[in-house]
Amino acid sequence: MAVLTFRGGVHPPRNKKITANKPAKDCYTRGDVSFPLFFHHGLHARPVVKGGEWVSAGTLIAKADGYVSANVHSSVAGIVKYVDFDTIVIENAGELHEEPRLLTRHYTLMEPQEIIDLIREAGVVGMGGEEGYPTHIKLSPEDPEKIRYVIVNGCECEPYLTCNFRRLIEEPDKIVEGLKIVLQLFDNAMGIIAIEDDKKSAVIKIKNYLLDEPRIRTRMLYTKYPQGAERQLIYALTKRKLNSQMNPSDAGILVLNVETIYAIWKAVVEGRPLISRMVTVAGDAIKNPGNFRVNIGTNIQELIAAAGGFVAPPEKVIIGGPMTGESVLDLDRPVTKDTNAILAFRSDPVIRVHQTNCIHCGRCMEVCPSNLIPTKLADYAALSRTDFFRDNDGIECIGCGSCSYICPAKRSLAEIIVSMKRMMTNE
Amino acid sequence: MNENTKLRISFFPHIRDKASTSRIMLDVAIALLPACIFGVFNFGWYSLLLILVCVATCVVLEFLWDVLTKKKMTIRDLSAVVTGMILSLNLPPKLPLWMAAVGSAFAIVIVKLLFGGLGQNFMNPAAAAKCFLMICFTGQMNLFVYQGVLSTTPLDVLRAGGSVDLLQLFLGNTSGCIGETCAVALIIGAIYLFIRRIIDFRIPLCYLLAAFIYIAIYSLVTRGGIDFTLIGAHMLGGGMLLGAFFMATDYVTSPVSRPGRMIYGALVGALICTFRLFGSTNGSICYAIILSNLVVPLIERITRRKTFGKEA
Repeated sequence: MAVLTFRGGVHPPRNKKITANKPAKDCYTRGDVSFPLFFHHGLHARPVVKGGEWVSAGTLIAKADGYVSANVHSSVAGIVKYVDFDTIVIENAGELHEEPRLLTRHYTLMEPQEIIDLIREAGVVGMGGEEGYPTHIKLSPEDPEKIRYVIVNGCECEPYLTCNFRRLIEEPDKIVEGLKIVLQLFDNAMGIIAIEDDKKSAVIKIKNYLLDEPRIRTRMLYTKYPQGAERQLIYALTKRKLNSQMNPSDAGILVLNVETIYAIWKAVVEGRPLISRMVTVAGDAIKNPGNFRVNIGTNIQELIAAAGGFVAPPEKVIIGGPMTGESVLDLDRPVTKDTNAILAFRSDPVIRVHQTNCIHCGRCMEVCPSNLIPTKLADYAALSRTDFFRDNDGIECIGCGSCSYICPAKRSLAEIIVSMKRMMTNE
Repeated sequence: MNENTKLRISFFPHIRDKASTSRIMLDVAIALLPACIFGVFNFGWYSLLLILVCVATCVVLEFLWDVLTKKKMTIRDLSAVVTGMILSLNLPPKLPLWMAAVGSAFAIVIVKLLFGGLGQNFMNPAAAAKCFLMICFTGQMNLFVYQGVLSTTPLDVLRAGGSVDLLQLFLGNTSGCIGETCAVALIIGAIYLFIRRIIDFRIPLCYLLAAFIYIAIYSLVTRGGIDFTLIGAHMLGGGMLLGAFFMATDYVTSPVSRPGRMIYGALVGALICTFRLFGSTNGSICYAIILSNLVVPLIERITRRKTFGKEA
């Protein structure tokens, strides 16, 4: 069988072994939890609780406002401490009070709209790299008949990250069932569980549950970064090439992250809202790296403490993977629905690099998955030449960071290009 | 918990590849060492002095430039060392030291620094400097002394109707410029560059292939058959390999796209043979390279890749 992949990409050290082989643990939340209401695409969620009000785990605390928005639920039982436009903070009472679950029938008896409503009520959003795009919108394309493939993205191409892998290994039945629920919405669709070929054990586990599932199959992809990027993944599996102006659903394709599928399963089968997720805590400054099932809203300091705390003072803490994650100045932040990892490093290689002029080696071009010429785009961006930047398809940059990673002159190509692109697309 | 720790922030990605500009330049310098060592062995200690003068002139002038223009120090990237080494390997073994220094100064100051330093020059500094020296000091640049006697290069011998020993050309026991005579040393260096993935095979392959085909056709037309001695002498002699692996592959002055590199390589190879077969032999490599450097922007334009998802 031909190797499924895309052209370009890089091979950073994977650093997954330490956390991949450890069963995930629970991280119990003891401190207060906070919920930013703005991180979703589109509109803020509107708070529906007042200060001093008692909430249980699973209580709706902010309601989706408008179409592209998602519900937010409390992940602990306690008293609402603070509410404003942006944030809700809940004082953790330390009690296991849980909101009664939504009564649900077996999903096979449900109408498609009923399933989508449950997913919307549960506040399910993209939990991989999709920056929290509401899942119910993804699942409501104009013409559901035209969807040919539903792809479960289990590539997890970022180094250090193993939370999707652990979810696949530990709860393969639920992932398969979650995908079956989604397939029920799309009569003509085929389900594909896409996993990179360095995670064969996950493929074997999943296959055990696919014996009488003619509509679902697994696909192994070449291990390379950014294999899990939506357009690159779609190309590797279906040979369809999409650009930034095209929606995957227009090409009859839906891509959902493993963790999102798990949240769909919880919402539809158990009637539970999205209030917890799996997060990888790793890096050389962490004492006991591993994966944790953690409540959304938990302060990341609590999560780091659950991983044994720091062995040495970290110089850099990253929320997300090392390729596209965000480095933070302080640790007083909550776990959000799209937080897939907390990485802490004793030393930061980026501040120690020696930058030189571009030497035209062409490496950035070789690795760019969008076939762009990053070095030129960065030059245009530095000169604020929006016209040249647009003519050379700078807008098509997917922001994977491969160019900055590979550049021997250590130029911050991705930083310059992504900043320019953000500026131009917000115009 | 983190009161006394200071966190750093930066834009993604937070990890970087090991390769760096100075490491690449160091690798090129290492790859040039066999040719340097053989040059000194073949032509004597004076050629070592020439190599050192070229390297020192390049580095010192770049250092002074950075100091005088109050720029960030750039000699750490080792590109000046490489420029000096390549230029010195292209010089005849008994060139007066001051001429070598003038050539190095031209390469670094005029060709490289005046255009903005590393990465900004549009011509290969070493090749441009050699051409400059060829024009200014034509006599000295064409004076080849080998084993104490005035001699001609193998290609000039061939031109004059004499015969050459291909094995000696391969091993390098011939007259010529310091670094160009020994094919073995150059190939060892090239293998090192390939192993370290510094150079792309496309430029040298297309360059050598174009030269091979060109000379084969030439010998077919003028001699009625393929003359393998002629082809062999041209492929091994007169800096052909030095140009193929170390000068045409210069990142700064060659195209970045893969098809562009193929076109560029073939162009350099064809131009070299044109100059050699119909013009003068000495310096043809450098002339061909700087001429091809000028069309690089054009090659880049016609070989621009289609953006992913916008092929149609």
